[in-house]
Amino acid sequence: MTPSWKYWLIGGLVIAVVAAATYFPILRKRVKRAARLQQQSEEQARRELTQTIPINPSDPRVKAKLFWVSDTIDSTLAPVTVELPLSNDPVLRSKQVLNTLLAGPVDAESRTLPPDASLLAFYLLPDGTAIADFSEALATSIPSGIVSEQLAVNSIARTLEANVAQVQRLKILIHGQEVETLAGHLDLTGTFVVNTKVAQDPVKAVSPAAAEKTPTAVRGTLTADRAPGKLGQTKSRPLEFWDTETTTREEE
Amino acid sequence: MLLEVKSIFQIKFASMIGLLYVALLAGTMVSPSLTPSQAQQPAPGAPTTNPKAPPASGGAAGPATSAFATQGQQSGLNVVVLDPAHGGTDPGARGTGGIRESEIVLDFAVQVRRALELQGFQVVQTRQGNENPSFDDRSATANAQRGAVFVTLHISSTGLPGTARVYVSSDLPPVANAGGLIPWDRAQAPFLGLSKAFGDLVQGFLAQRFKGSPDTAQPASVRQLRTTAEPAIAVEVSSVTVEDRSDLDRMAPGVADAVARGAAAFKPSYVVPSMPGALP
Repeated sequence: MTPSWKYWLIGGLVIAVVAAATYFPILRKRVKRAARLQQQSEEQARRELTQTIPINPSDPRVKAKLFWVSDTIDSTLAPVTVELPLSNDPVLRSKQVLNTLLAGPVDAESRTLPPDASLLAFYLLPDGTAIADFSEALATSIPSGIVSEQLAVNSIARTLEANVAQVQRLKILIHGQEVETLAGHLDLTGTFVVNTKVAQDPVKAVSPAAAEKTPTAVRGTLTADRAPGKLGQTKSRPLEFWDTETTTREEE
Repeated sequence: MLLEVKSIFQIKFASMIGLLYVALLAGTMVSPSLTPSQAQQPAPGAPTTNPKAPPASGGAAGPATSAFATQGQQSGLNVVVLDPAHGGTDPGARGTGGIRESEIVLDFAVQVRRALELQGFQVVQTRQGNENPSFDDRSATANAQRGAVFVTLHISSTGLPGTARVYVSSDLPPVANAGGLIPWDRAQAPFLGLSKAFGDLVQGFLAQRFKGSPDTAQPASVRQLRTTAEPAIAVEVSSVTVEDRSDLDRMAPGVADAVARGAAAFKPSYVVPSMPGALP
């Protein structure tokens, strides 16, 4: 091999190294972007599967009460009346009011829920326990703190209480999973009382006839289009603010 | 022979008196060992003072004439478990100016500790440095103490800056009497009344110091409080949104003073259970 060939070979290798070094960051960016797009499309696919049409214009327009942060009293909720076409079906109606709550008030400072959070699924068990599954953004984007987390949960519970009479208790899931806390403070392992009047009255919560028909409490039949697996197992006794038991129990 | 019979009667009489004395003594010893929850249930129609609701004036509270209160004073509420929240990889709330809740609460804890020690309390901290014990580890530290109250310290992300709020656990399902044992996941249930009384006292002192703060403690389902088997409160100061950290640092002495005065005012009304973690 003559020296000129050596120079050509070394020159070629140098060019290849420089080209690779230039292309590597671009390639890395593209891989990252592709991974992000895939993640987003998975989230989108999940939403499309679980979400029904939120608003149907043919539904009767009613005055819905939505609870956002009060602009007069610090760290409290205030009801805002909004005219919405709401379905008579409790699951659809719940989705409609919660989606409106998530969309937020006119004044962004009155928000209780992060703007990028979304409702992935909503189920209503026959005993009045609602299961609301929110996207991960609810937990990751909410300002951390007892007051902010409490306001978020209370705004969901009070909005359901004001607009969907069938919902008595609320269980919040994050991306289909039970989590210990919302953002480090508020406990999400239990259920929250939504309709305090009914939930505290065992006779109203489950009629004796219904209890007789279902001696092992609810048998996993959900009013939503898809059952959330284990969550079909529940209890027919009224729950207090907290309830971490998972076994079925009848109210005596 | 007659003398012998007489002496037998004397011995019998003396032993009967002795037995009667022992029975009376046992009666007086058993009576105060009734649980305070039994003591807090007055006879129907009987006038009573409520040991769960000490006056917010901050003075000596509770039924001073009660045998149980006397026992509580003898046993004494003498430990305060301080819990600087978050830590380690969990910074808690973060402000735009780089303020981290986990660091501020640790600094607050130093001042609260000093104020409590001046009031004569022994202080136990769930963390000393930048570590992050789990919720259950923190509760385990608290539940191992006898005659203790629990205070978890937080800084919020929202709320009116310069205010402070006290939270107590929301209603928990009542605990069935399982031989004096308390379910871990609802350990706070038997202490809700005492926690509210303690929380109201501390909140009262905070409201005097920080205008705009609520007058009474608020219920919230704070995870840390649920597994704590003693009167427990969460104190949350607003907020990490302040531009200058010194604004928060200036609040520390006021918070420390309110917690210490609240604990001192609560002390007479707290009856210490006979065993750590036992039902009050």
